[in-house]
Amino acid sequence: MHTAAGAQARLPIRSDMDLVWVRQHVRQAAAQIGFGLVDQTKLVTAASELARNTLVYGGGGTMETEPLAEGGTRGLRLTFSDEGPGIADLEQALSDGFTSGGGLGMGLGGARRLVHEFAIESNPGAGTTVRVTSWVGRAPRPREEI
Amino acid sequence: MSEAFPGPHAGPVTGHVPVLRLGEVLLVTLQGDLHDSTAQQLQQDLAETISRSGATGVIIDISGVEIVDSFLGRVLAEIAGQTELLAARTVLVGMRPAVAITLVELGLTLPGVHTALSTEVALDLLTRHAPSSHFGGLRQESP
Ligand SMILES: Nc1ncnc2c1ncn2[C@@H]1O[C@H](COP(=O)(O)OP(=O)(O)OP(=O)(O)O)[C@@H](O)[C@H]1O
Ligand SMILES: [Mg+2]
Repeated sequence: MHTAAGAQARLPIRSDMDLVWVRQHVRQAAAQIGFGLVDQTKLVTAASELARNTLVYGGGGTMETEPLAEGGTRGLRLTFSDEGPGIADLEQALSDGFTSGGGLGMGLGGARRLVHEFAIESNPGAGTTVRVTSWVGRAPRPREEI
Repeated sequence: MSEAFPGPHAGPVTGHVPVLRLGEVLLVTLQGDLHDSTAQQLQQDLAETISRSGATGVIIDISGVEIVDSFLGRVLAEIAGQTELLAARTVLVGMRPAVAITLVELGLTLPGVHTALSTEVALDLLTRHAPSSHFGGLRQESP
């Protein structure tokens, strides 16, 4: 599965092979949009965390990528959606170290620290959507905010 | 060990990662994008190889790895822990700066995992405490 880098795209997340495609696609899109190496790495890592959650906890789903331009600044938005069991306690899920599946519990909180904007919506029984956005050339979010 | 190393821009890595043996040290080179199952397979292969060979050290070269997320980070930490239980030590070599920056922000500092900037330094670390060990053919096999 190869979609044009930087273009709007929707990728399936159904297997750990798909996680590889997700990472490769985000890497290509981020590079094409103009993210530097460190920021590419942060975005790809955040995408890997969120895609794995979509697969493991959400029972599979999709990632949508959307290149953005706002007042001369370019950005990349990634949306992960699944129709799995959802998350009953979002605050608990986001806190470092909480896991219901034998992980490290660093994925959600870590992904939030790696991007500029982070939004999560989850309804128990109806699935989870996580949307992250980063902008080229913008400094990382200050620690206090997170 | 008959498998060829994938090139730096090779596609996803599946199956077994080759484990080379240099005297009492096992050398693993990770490159490209690893499947979750490949990382887990490596963890199992290493445990078996250590207990079978009596190796006292493991060097994992990750200079070709572009991202380490919490899954791969956990596997690496578990490899280090499991190696120690088998009376050996693991040293992680060649982490890219962008990967290190990202790991810290992610919140993974991999406590208990030894690191070195080069394979040479790692070998030195691993062999310093075993001065009487014999390491045949070391120099020839390092890049
Ligand atoms: N898409 C999702 N659907 C349902 N539950 C989720 C989803 N994503 C995360 N969760 C819940 O939030 C918890 C925390 O997720 P997080 O990614 O932080 O940690 P983890 O996946 O358990 O471990 P790690 O990512 O460190 O390997 C999960 O254990 C799971 O209970
Ligand atoms: Mg996770």
